[in-house]
Amino acid sequence: MSSREQILPLLRENARYSTEDLARQTGLDESEVEATIQELERDGVVKGYRAIVDRDKVEPERVRASVELNVTLDRETGYDDIAERLAKFPEVQGLRLVSGDFDFAMDVEGDSMSEVSHFISEKVAPVPEITQTVTHYIMETYKEGGVEFGDGDDDDRLSISP
Amino acid sequence: MSFEESERLESVPPSGIRRYFELAEEYDDIISLGVGEPDFAPPWAARDAAIGSLERGQTSYTPNRGLRELREEIAAHTSEKYDLDYDPDEEILVTAGASEALDLAFRAFHDPGDKVAVSQPSYLSYVPGATLAGADVIDVPTRPEDDFKLTPEVLEAAGAAEADTLVMCYPNNPTGATMTREELAPVAEFVREHDLRVFADEIYAALSYEHEHTSIATLPGMRERTVVFNGFSKAYAMTGLRLGYALAPPEAIEAMNRIHQYTMLSAPTTAQHAAIEALRNCESDVAEMRAQYDRRRNFVLSRFEEMGLDCFPASGAFYVFPECPWEDSDAFAEALIEEQGVAVVPGDVFGTGGDGHLRVTYATGLGDLKEALARIEEFID
Ligand SMILES: Cc1ncc(COP(=O)(O)O)c(C=O)c1O
Repeated sequence: MSSREQILPLLRENARYSTEDLARQTGLDESEVEATIQELERDGVVKGYRAIVDRDKVEPERVRASVELNVTLDRETGYDDIAERLAKFPEVQGLRLVSGDFDFAMDVEGDSMSEVSHFISEKVAPVPEITQTVTHYIMETYKEGGVEFGDGDDDDRLSISP
Repeated sequence: MSFEESERLESVPPSGIRRYFELAEEYDDIISLGVGEPDFAPPWAARDAAIGSLERGQTSYTPNRGLRELREEIAAHTSEKYDLDYDPDEEILVTAGASEALDLAFRAFHDPGDKVAVSQPSYLSYVPGATLAGADVIDVPTRPEDDFKLTPEVLEAAGAAEADTLVMCYPNNPTGATMTREELAPVAEFVREHDLRVFADEIYAALSYEHEHTSIATLPGMRERTVVFNGFSKAYAMTGLRLGYALAPPEAIEAMNRIHQYTMLSAPTTAQHAAIEALRNCESDVAEMRAQYDRRRNFVLSRFEEMGLDCFPASGAFYVFPECPWEDSDAFAEALIEEQGVAVVPGDVFGTGGDGHLRVTYATGLGDLKEALARIEEFID
């Protein structure tokens, strides 16, 4: 396994592992670990590091919506052009081209429902190629980034067993 | 009438692990590296299949040997993974844990006075299992200088040539030792030469980190004299569902099944449904758990090296077996619980070869593992 293949799953599991912890778990030298991480960052494989936050536990709560967009393309405009335009807005937290009934799945975030609605109606809907928007406000998050939001399970194993 | 114990039972001492369990239970905030089971939950797909089977009311007895569908999956799985080709109708018995299968085998093939050689240190149930079946046990202590692998020399020295059965377990609990095909070859030769049968407990087969697991039954002339034991407790983290199996030639399975049909009828039905799903669709879960164990293993070995605790590079199961820094490993384990709130198990609990060592389990999240190791370091400084 290459050092990249060893390091990447660990960073995805917990980006706050220290260099030392990463080295011990993989058997690589700390300097190799550092170099591999730098390389992953430089090559744009690792785009950044963020906490997975249960927003229900944070005040003030931000409003989030997932928005379905339908577009019609013309000779001059492709999906990438539309995507680039939308992705520039700070309100847009995620944007993916998807297969199925609509074209783009977009995650939007704002301080209030009216702010998000306003953003959709003023900034997104008027884009000429966008023919339809459907906004779903997020009411409860159960899992994000592969992490379940719950109280977690207790370790109910016997403290010593054969 | 009284409940005086039978002579057989009297010769089985209470489990040596009990003392540490009771001691550990007295404290609240203990970090235990003394556990013999995975810290993961079973793959969700397997649990979901168990729930689904309950919803459908599939709670009757199954055929004695286990659901045919499960035996087929076991046959396909062991053939693909370990080159173990067994017929689902005649050569596979599904049991309530590998534990039951071991007990059946001890009882099915031994008369009073037969000799069972047990490779040591070992999982705690082999000696009582053999003793309760009326057999006499020959301890075969493996040696630290061999990294606790079985060799013809230790077999010879222990008098195992006289035995009827050899019990062995690789990847090993408690040492974490594994054996390659090349290392198994001379053991197989000894076994053939002295015409022993082999009980090969391979319950940790899926957790071999340095090389692919080799079953001793795949060596020349071994299949016809070996019972292979495996199960779902370790690889699929299904300990409490109590499901295991034995692979052996038809006459051996037939004999074990004769006891099983009276004493157990059939293995837990819900667990059998979970196991079918586990074998069909949970390989990636197993791979992920194995990858995590492997990283923790590296972590622990590297920390031991740093703190100067001698430990051979264990390559299987989820145990490492460092030398105890004190002469008296029982006293060390007790003091470690009392003073640092960290539980480990002294090696002598697992039999003659284990004295002077400690069994340290890494089936524990990295956070706790790290903290426990820091406390051990402080303790031995
Ligand atoms: C070597 C060994 N064999 C067998 C078992 C028991 O397995 P099961 O849960 O399938 O009865 C264990 C459990 O700790 C073990 O370590």
